[in-house]
Amino acid sequence: MTFMKPLLGAAAVLAMTTGTLLAEPALIYDLGGKFDKSFNEAAYTGAERWAKENGATYREIEMQSEAQREQALRRFAEAGANPIVMTGFSFASVLEEVAPDYPDTKFALIDMVVDQPNVRSVVFNEHEGSYLVGMLAAMASKTGTVGFIGGMDIPLIRKFACGYSQGAKAANADVTVIENMTGTTPAAWNDPVKGSELTKAQISQGADVIYAAAGGTGVGVLQTAADEGILSIGVDSNQNYMHPGKVLTSMVKRVDNAVEEAMAQGTELETGFNVMGLANDGVGYAVDEHNKDLITDEMKAAVEEAKAKIIAGEIKVHDYMSDSSCPSS
Amino acid sequence: MGPADILTILDNGIEPLVELLASTIRLATPLLLACLAGLFSERAGIFDIGLEGKMLAAAFFSAAVAAMTGSVWLGLLAGIAASLVLSGIHGLASITFRGNQLISGVAINFLAAGMTVLVAQDWFKQGGRTPSLIAGGRFEAIDLPFATELRDVPLLGPLYSELLSGHTILVYLAFLAVPLSWFVLFRTRFGLRLRAVGENPAAVDTAGISVVRLRYAAVAICGVLCGIAGAYLATALQAGFVKDMTAGRGFIALAALIFAKWRPWHALWACLLFGLLQAAALRYQNIDVVGILIPVQLMDALPYVLTVVILAGFVGRAIPPRAGGEPYVKER
Repeated sequence: MTFMKPLLGAAAVLAMTTGTLLAEPALIYDLGGKFDKSFNEAAYTGAERWAKENGATYREIEMQSEAQREQALRRFAEAGANPIVMTGFSFASVLEEVAPDYPDTKFALIDMVVDQPNVRSVVFNEHEGSYLVGMLAAMASKTGTVGFIGGMDIPLIRKFACGYSQGAKAANADVTVIENMTGTTPAAWNDPVKGSELTKAQISQGADVIYAAAGGTGVGVLQTAADEGILSIGVDSNQNYMHPGKVLTSMVKRVDNAVEEAMAQGTELETGFNVMGLANDGVGYAVDEHNKDLITDEMKAAVEEAKAKIIAGEIKVHDYMSDSSCPSS
Repeated sequence: MGPADILTILDNGIEPLVELLASTIRLATPLLLACLAGLFSERAGIFDIGLEGKMLAAAFFSAAVAAMTGSVWLGLLAGIAASLVLSGIHGLASITFRGNQLISGVAINFLAAGMTVLVAQDWFKQGGRTPSLIAGGRFEAIDLPFATELRDVPLLGPLYSELLSGHTILVYLAFLAVPLSWFVLFRTRFGLRLRAVGENPAAVDTAGISVVRLRYAAVAICGVLCGIAGAYLATALQAGFVKDMTAGRGFIALAALIFAKWRPWHALWACLLFGLLQAAALRYQNIDVVGILIPVQLMDALPYVLTVVILAGFVGRAIPPRAGGEPYVKER
């Protein structure tokens, strides 16, 4: 019976809000799931922070299949939720169709661009953050070989890979970068067993620092890297704590900030194109008590210098998605 | 060039090969266990597409109990128990109540996919995952005797110390299960009856043997093997449960079962082949064979393609147990 309570509560909330103009924000998580320790969880953290600070509530749903996207969007829009925040590039095509039907509702899409008057598109300069962790990887590597393991083979993940290899090569021109993708279906986000095997394969090719941009699959990568005594790099959320002293750093993508900001603006959400990069702390590398001994002052100085140069425009990190090619591989 | 040089060259060439084969063994083990599980069930006339769900439930409960108690063996038992419960449901639906076996299997897959995440979230509050298992909560790799001493022996050294040695006990168990399954199915009275119940249950019934009891026994064996497969994923290959971590392995095992034409030794080769395809796909993303680039997607799809080819009758014929999928009705 315990599950009936939230159910009834949800029904009551629904009944209360449909008739009124009381706008409550809604958050839709992508297939990786709310608690993926990574991208979606960062969105959740941001929403929770906003809710706690404002004593407000928000609605949320986790996608279970591709087919639910449009349904979830329309239901939230019809129920009067405003703004509706969604995480993940996969929402783009659906939102393109749904957004014009609800001109009074504001939408915020994270990770992709939809050109509609009531949509705020938030994209991250993952290539810049990946560039910095790539530099750290190359400097921490003793073998001169570093690895990258992506989840599903999509342009966005190639963007991570491309920034990473550019950074690694910038720190050490002779470094070898091994790149692998887990798969071509959404199952590639949740297959830690394959992640482990890929890690072992890269270790046998000499890699001693491996960057995982692979959702739940990354859990297997970080685990195997820790077991085999090499370093790994986490992604999206700060994953340094998962194996203290064995995760070199994490390429953090401040999805939480983006979600919090969108919710804070509420119905007055500023639409249009919004870029979160190094300059506005949208991406970066994580240093905390778990990895501070792994990053020497020298490494930190080099990375901070590169960061300043990227912000100033002196270093131009190539974005894979701009022309679907990568100069450094 | 003396013989010693040739050996060095061979040794250098053998290293990646040994790693590929070791990866094959790791990836084939869950397939093999699930495949043998399906073999017992289907040979007795109970189709089971719920292998995936049973593995997933076992993966979760083994990791959960191992995390809570710190004992991987208790975890293994819990995984087997969870898988047995789902087997019991499948048996109840398809043997006792003569329901549709495919529908029951699908239901079990859904049940496992939802339940594991829900219970995990309730117990551990880590977003449908279990905490990472520490030493003692995981199956550790076993070094066979003299593995380190023999490492430097040319050729055979790496084969023994890196391919055969250094796996967890469940791997050896899985490979032992093959001759054992063959023996039980083809050399014991129980096995004969079990196979008969999948071909012609009426004949077995006429001989005064309980069809229902035999089928339940087969489904229970299936549950135990799936339980071990799930525990292997979560507590040996990984250090904890992640949602949907079986990632379709139950279905590849089903494909392997058809590919193996419902025979234990064939199942071993089929699973090793499918494991090799996966391992190769992971190690060499695009394989260049005399100028033709084979994309990784083809490697991933090959198990299914091969199964369809076998089913279509191009290479031999795969004939399922005759009474498979049909509930047994004693009298009309």
